[in-house]
Amino acid sequence: MSLALWLVFSSAHASWTVNMAPGVTEVSRSVFDLHMTIFWICVVIGVLVFGAMFWSMLVHRRSRGQQPANFHESTTVEILWTVVPLAILVVMAVPATKTLIDIYDTTESELDIQVTGYQWKWHYKYLGQDVEFFSNLTTPRAQINNREAKGEHYLLEVDEPLVVPVGTKVRFLITAADVIHSWWVPALAVKKDAIPGFVNESWTRIEEPGIYRGQCTELCGKDHGFMPVVVEAKSKEDFAAWLAERKTAAAAEKELTSKEWTLDELMARGEKSYLTNCGACHQPTGEGLPPMFPALKGSAIATGPAEGHIDIVINGKPGTSMAAFGKQLSEVDIAAIITYERNAWGNSVGDMVTPQDILAFKKAQE
Amino acid sequence: MSAVIDPHHAGHGLTDHHHGPAKGLMRWVLTTNHKDIGTMYLWFSFAMFLLGGSMAMVIRAELFQPGLQIVQPEFFNQMTTMHGLIMVFGAVMPAFVGLANWMVPMMIGAPDMALPRMNNFSFWLLPASFGLLVSTLFMEGGGPNFGWTFYAPLSTTYAPESVTFFIFAIHLLGISSIMGAINVVATILNLRAPGMTLMKMPLFVWTWLITGFLLIAVMPVLAGCVTMMLMDIHFGTSFFSAAGGGDPVLFQHVFWFFGHPEVYIMILPAFGAVSSIIPAFARKPLFGYTSMVYATASIAFLSFIVWAHHMFTVGIPLTGELFFMYATMLIAVPTGVKVFNWASTMWQGSMTFETPMLFSVAFVILFTIGGFSGLMLAIAPADFQYHDTYFVVAHFHYVLVPGAIFGIFASAYYWLPKWTGHMYDETLGKLHFWMSFVGMNLAFFPMHFVGLAGMPRRIPDYNMMFANFNMVSSIGAFMFGATQLLFLFIVIKCIRGGTPAAAKPWDGAEGLEWTVPSPAPYHTFSTPPDMATLEAHRTDPRHD
Amino acid sequence: MTEDRQTRRLVLRLCVLVVAMFGFGFALVPIYDVMCQAFGINGKTAGAYQGDQVQDAERQVRVQFLATNAADMVWTFGPQADEVTVHPGASTQMIFVAYNPTDKPMTAQAIPSVAPSKAAAYFHKTECFCFTQQVLQPGERIEMPVRFIVDRDLPADVRHLTLAYTLFDITARKPPVAQATP
Repeated sequence: MSLALWLVFSSAHASWTVNMAPGVTEVSRSVFDLHMTIFWICVVIGVLVFGAMFWSMLVHRRSRGQQPANFHESTTVEILWTVVPLAILVVMAVPATKTLIDIYDTTESELDIQVTGYQWKWHYKYLGQDVEFFSNLTTPRAQINNREAKGEHYLLEVDEPLVVPVGTKVRFLITAADVIHSWWVPALAVKKDAIPGFVNESWTRIEEPGIYRGQCTELCGKDHGFMPVVVEAKSKEDFAAWLAERKTAAAAEKELTSKEWTLDELMARGEKSYLTNCGACHQPTGEGLPPMFPALKGSAIATGPAEGHIDIVINGKPGTSMAAFGKQLSEVDIAAIITYERNAWGNSVGDMVTPQDILAFKKAQE
Repeated sequence: MSAVIDPHHAGHGLTDHHHGPAKGLMRWVLTTNHKDIGTMYLWFSFAMFLLGGSMAMVIRAELFQPGLQIVQPEFFNQMTTMHGLIMVFGAVMPAFVGLANWMVPMMIGAPDMALPRMNNFSFWLLPASFGLLVSTLFMEGGGPNFGWTFYAPLSTTYAPESVTFFIFAIHLLGISSIMGAINVVATILNLRAPGMTLMKMPLFVWTWLITGFLLIAVMPVLAGCVTMMLMDIHFGTSFFSAAGGGDPVLFQHVFWFFGHPEVYIMILPAFGAVSSIIPAFARKPLFGYTSMVYATASIAFLSFIVWAHHMFTVGIPLTGELFFMYATMLIAVPTGVKVFNWASTMWQGSMTFETPMLFSVAFVILFTIGGFSGLMLAIAPADFQYHDTYFVVAHFHYVLVPGAIFGIFASAYYWLPKWTGHMYDETLGKLHFWMSFVGMNLAFFPMHFVGLAGMPRRIPDYNMMFANFNMVSSIGAFMFGATQLLFLFIVIKCIRGGTPAAAKPWDGAEGLEWTVPSPAPYHTFSTPPDMATLEAHRTDPRHD
Repeated sequence: MTEDRQTRRLVLRLCVLVVAMFGFGFALVPIYDVMCQAFGINGKTAGAYQGDQVQDAERQVRVQFLATNAADMVWTFGPQADEVTVHPGASTQMIFVAYNPTDKPMTAQAIPSVAPSKAAAYFHKTECFCFTQQVLQPGERIEMPVRFIVDRDLPADVRHLTLAYTLFDITARKPPVAQATP
């Protein structure tokens, strides 16, 4: 009873959706039509076969005094039920082939975007536009661990969605930097595996502005369930404005590097960046998940000389899951994260690593 | 390998009890008797079924509600991986080998399996293999966490340390399966009673013969696949690593070249068993025996040329995609023939619904539903939406639970009187069926819905829009899981006592196994059965 | 017993089948490579191209360049231009620049991939840095050329090609020989 009540009064977003959504592109709608066509063909066959079986089970029972018949073959019938399904299959194959050929036609794209899967985030690069960024999950740990109420887009929200213009053929070049991922947005009917070392192609032309959400669909390790895909379709004008703004924002980020930072400012930014980029493995508590993901709390590197700490964050540790973040994060974020790691969870080195230090470190390497 | 028939037993009469089983534990360790080994296989597979099932309970408990409650993602991945591996290789396959051990010699009038000592060895490799596999859960870094399909590079470069033990466990169980298959094939081809021609064999024997060949053909490919993994991990080769000139997609091709026939290995013997059970309770000969044999053979053949339908999203060229789509759709034809044949066997029969029949009828209906979703998945453009979602999970659980598992339950109830000499408790058996039926549908049907709504598989946490159906699924899964303890109780009760079973407890049953007393004596058909008696018992499934 | 001999022969044959299928698993590797190159699966390209072609002045094809680093690769790596427009049949060169910012010598391997995959068989590299491994000393920067010809027989509907390189760190696999003079 209490269960029934829970089901009725549970979160307003819970739904009883039973079918695929038709989506917002021509391709997704033809896939949906294909899906429904095959579904109804199956339903008709099912009703006939199961109908016959249930009729037989109700009528042809010994308890009703039924005497068993003795037929056990009929060439005509057997040929019939081989040929008829074959014909039905041919009927199904025609629209399927047509849709597939359409999906494979990636020519004449107006915008090319490289999509790269990382453990456990997506990277988007607008080819020829000098705009690229990572897209991380923003759902707070507190919601995942049930300490806070879950938001509407729980696990389907990111800091930087992929922004695309509507009415434009957008081509995706999909690849991965570590293991195999798969990039899926149901509303676009685009799902393609991201394979390290190889590029796959896919495309879409979205008709309606809106936000479309999907997830990684190939098991890629621990946080496979925590790397959503969010696509925001904007009108062509809004998209152009957004792109221009992104380009200035990149310049502004560079300015931040030369700003004079205080320890508190760095700690505040560091906590945020740490949770986005490092928390999944090293955990929000800094205790890690040994032995795969070592603890930072009290670790030799995080409490030792700053030089070594900067080195491992920028260059990673080959042969382990520790990636080289030097190319993934801005100098400001790296500095903030390192400062945070050296002064959080009881680590109290007390020193401060500034963006300028990171810049100097990178220069020294050159 | 040269061990064949124990010379001691040759020439003894049907009812000779002189050489009964040895006493004590050593009976089981050293036995070469097909019935003893069959029993051990069946108990082992049931233990694995409960172990894999309890892992499924952990998975469903975590998915009961959104958010992380019970386990962390790391451990969740180990649970999904181990659940798959244990159910496929530990529960379903050994159960069918156990049924083959018990029933194949009795169905074809052979005194034992062709290679009894190898038979013992192939069984005892299994506990070793699964002991090793399960022990990885307690190792530093945890057990396999890369899914039962263990795609590279997640299972090579990014795997936990225990992957080497996992590879070794796969090798052991592979050797066990291959030896088991060789034994069954040799028994069927060489030890049939005079007059038992191939086209007179019960369908269970036929399907096992074909399954045996499938196993012999693809288990070595799996062995090759994990060997390449081992070399990549430890010996610096790069079969599956792009960095060294290899290709992670190659892994998937090799794996699914094994994997797709494997799917049929898990279902064909169930087809065979159900083809014996439905005629028995419809009191009517099986419809279309010959077409059943040809349909099984064509399914087996087609299973070798459809593997890439598991990989529609990896970026196969258009022509390849179309080929695999058409080939896959084609499988619907022989499968359809089988379903139509079963339905026609029931038509105008004189049916009763004892537990084996209930499980068999549910098998036909629910397996067909799994077949429908399979047909939908075969359509490549639609598969782009279904692939790696809960729709796929629903599909393969619909073919494997009511397919393989219900097939095994039906067989167990059907032959329990022969094995134990007692009738099982029919009321409890029916209760077991209805609880399993309701639980299974409650657990797996809603998965179609969440899959279509967009929930990927193998995730420990999900958005609220999937919450309702996931809770229903979990409740169904708990119900199905708990019900299986009832089955354990029924079997133990049946072994310990009950109404004594006649030699042929089912009035419509046919076949040589019903010509020997219940329980079946330790040695049966030490002299081949007389085919005249055989004809009198209407063993020919095509008999008028 | 004849049955004995029969069984032994059958088992022997089955064992041969098992061994053959184990071998077949490994044979899938070269078979797959041949299939890949014939059909451009995964956008794989063949080795060094020896032929020579006359350029098709009528037709133009856009060739786009992508450079991706594997997750643990710290080098800076990229093409000098994002894309070029070429005539099929003409030999074209593009320079990729790599830079090793670390204080250790490192070895890298670039893996090429062409999209769309059906064009891969028509994309010929006459010279490429991906044919060999690259060893860079600490702080070293190099310019690496790739010279290619887009085949005249490139299907007419392909007007746009992408050549993507992924750079992997293989220092652990192929340790670089340290040089006396950096």
